[in-house]
Amino acid sequence: MKLPEHQAKELLRRYHIPTPAGRLATTADEARAAAESIGGRVAVKAQVRSGGRGKAGGIAVVDAAPAAGEAAERLLAMELNGERVASVLVEQAVDIDTERYLAVAIDPSAGRPMLMTSDRGGVEVEAMADDIERTVIAAADPGPSEPIPAAAHRLFTDLDALLVEINPLAVTADGELIALDAKIELDDAAAFRHRDLLDELGVADDVDVTGTERERRAAAMGLRLIELGGDIAVLANGAGLTMATMDAIVAAGGSPANFLEIGGDAYTKATPALELVLSQPGVRSLLVNFCGAFARCDVMTAGVIEAWETLQPGLPVSFSIAGTGMDEAAAMVRDRLGMAPHPTMGDAVRAAVDASTGSAGDGAAR
Amino acid sequence: MIVSGEDRVLVHGITGKQGTFWTEQMRAYGTRIVGGVHPTKSGTEHVGVPVFASAQEAAASLDGGVDVSVLFVPPAGAGAAIDDAVAAGAGMVVVLTEFIPVHDTMAAVAGAAEAGCVLMGPNTAGVVTPGQAFVGFMPAFDDRIFNPGRVGVISRSGSLGTLACVELTRAGLGQSAFLGIGGDPVSGTSTAQAFAALDADPGTDAIVVIGEIGGRKEEDAAEVIAASSKPVASFIAGATSPPGKRMGHAGAIVEGSTGTYASKRRALEEAGAAVVDVPWELPAALGRT
Repeated sequence: MKLPEHQAKELLRRYHIPTPAGRLATTADEARAAAESIGGRVAVKAQVRSGGRGKAGGIAVVDAAPAAGEAAERLLAMELNGERVASVLVEQAVDIDTERYLAVAIDPSAGRPMLMTSDRGGVEVEAMADDIERTVIAAADPGPSEPIPAAAHRLFTDLDALLVEINPLAVTADGELIALDAKIELDDAAAFRHRDLLDELGVADDVDVTGTERERRAAAMGLRLIELGGDIAVLANGAGLTMATMDAIVAAGGSPANFLEIGGDAYTKATPALELVLSQPGVRSLLVNFCGAFARCDVMTAGVIEAWETLQPGLPVSFSIAGTGMDEAAAMVRDRLGMAPHPTMGDAVRAAVDASTGSAGDGAAR
Repeated sequence: MIVSGEDRVLVHGITGKQGTFWTEQMRAYGTRIVGGVHPTKSGTEHVGVPVFASAQEAAASLDGGVDVSVLFVPPAGAGAAIDDAVAAGAGMVVVLTEFIPVHDTMAAVAGAAEAGCVLMGPNTAGVVTPGQAFVGFMPAFDDRIFNPGRVGVISRSGSLGTLACVELTRAGLGQSAFLGIGGDPVSGTSTAQAFAALDADPGTDAIVVIGEIGGRKEEDAAEVIAASSKPVASFIAGATSPPGKRMGHAGAIVEGSTGTYASKRRALEEAGAAVVDVPWELPAALGRT
């Protein structure tokens, strides 16, 4: 879970990393009151989890309380990268001398945490990738010794973080270090260890607040739906196979409308999965591609057929089925839908593309 | 890393529904299951093998010890179960569990590496040596999918790796070994290490690498692929996946310029691998390199 800035900074403060004085506001009045109590120049910052906030106009620096109220009013009416701005952080503006970059993240190749530092901060990390010094922290290594990097590393370890990023870590005119912006991402898989803290901070359980309404509904059910612009709905199991199915559709000249992955423990949820992929406007055909290892093809197929019989979508559908439970699954498709799965994934993909482009599917489309 | 019918396999979480089902499947296929682990059921028997409280107890009690441990255990207990298997002297631990906290994985990977234990996964579907044994939850028993032969297959994804074997089998190409390295960003065995094992295997004549976007596993494997004299074909999933979205596997996410399809394809092609656009072109591609 990616924490919004105000929650990230609350965690930094608990680890004695200085941040500007600030208060969260959900209305213009609250923002004005916050600015008054802080006094002087303040920054009003939209609280969203997506990056590129500054560039998108999500931050305003103002001289006095009335202007803070106006800025908050404007920001609270905004949507940034598809995410509605529900709150703003009103923060004391800081006189900056220089900006640095500090992060603790995971180096997947090393399988270890790494410290990332740069004397040039304040810009998007992608834009300064070459300037960043990366130091892998070995298993026996106690980690960085300077106070702020050490505190960031401790927070990263204690709270099962995937990322603790302070950018910029500002050096003030007085030579003090202060965290002006922060991104913290915690490991959803470790949330069970930090329940009390997460509840106390008010961290929402939702994994993806930036997705479409259907994507968020899918996520709430433990399903991974991605909506795209095309016309072939894709239902497959396992991330690798699902991505490969989409790639194969594009290679065959088609265009996926969306795809939904029902692998792992979610493989029993084929019925709501199918409802989700078919409810997207513009879907002209459905491709079901199952290759069962742990996820049993017969269980997944039974769920799909149940949903199909309930929804009666009247769309052309192509099946490719291989792996654990494939014979039982193929028999169900034959008996209840009166059709046969295609003998190979290639055949099923080509049939779905043909159906979507009209050569076979126009008569049956909604 | 390549499991044999002689390897003595211990099943952690043997009494659960999945543990029971797959233990029976593994044994029916030829895998030598020597026991199971359940913290409170020591001294009992399950599906015909003794149950121990820990892998260390199993290793001490069983003649010949434990060669391979396989984990059908929930995420919260997986880290401790890996440590237990490593301490028991298992040469390989196959971690099927998905959603293990990544900090637990990092600690377990470090512990296994220090002990010289091969860790497959987490979040792998397992390993198959067709005609001999399999460990995990793979449909090894279906000869339309797996057949003995001389092509080694490495995959981050269980479902896509299974499909690759379906396509090889359809083309008349059997497999020497399937090595599932798992879909998590941090894992015990890299693509490069799995490739090196197949490259050194006298039973393997050609190698298929199934990758996906995210991370640097494929790029990191380019060096060993370039140094190999065996034909290599590869499919990388995610060419058309939108950037910045997690594609199901925690590992499959493209952030910024790292882990892109283009970077992986370029690295593998420069190393001499034939990279195909769709999985069903893999068998023909092996003949082209």
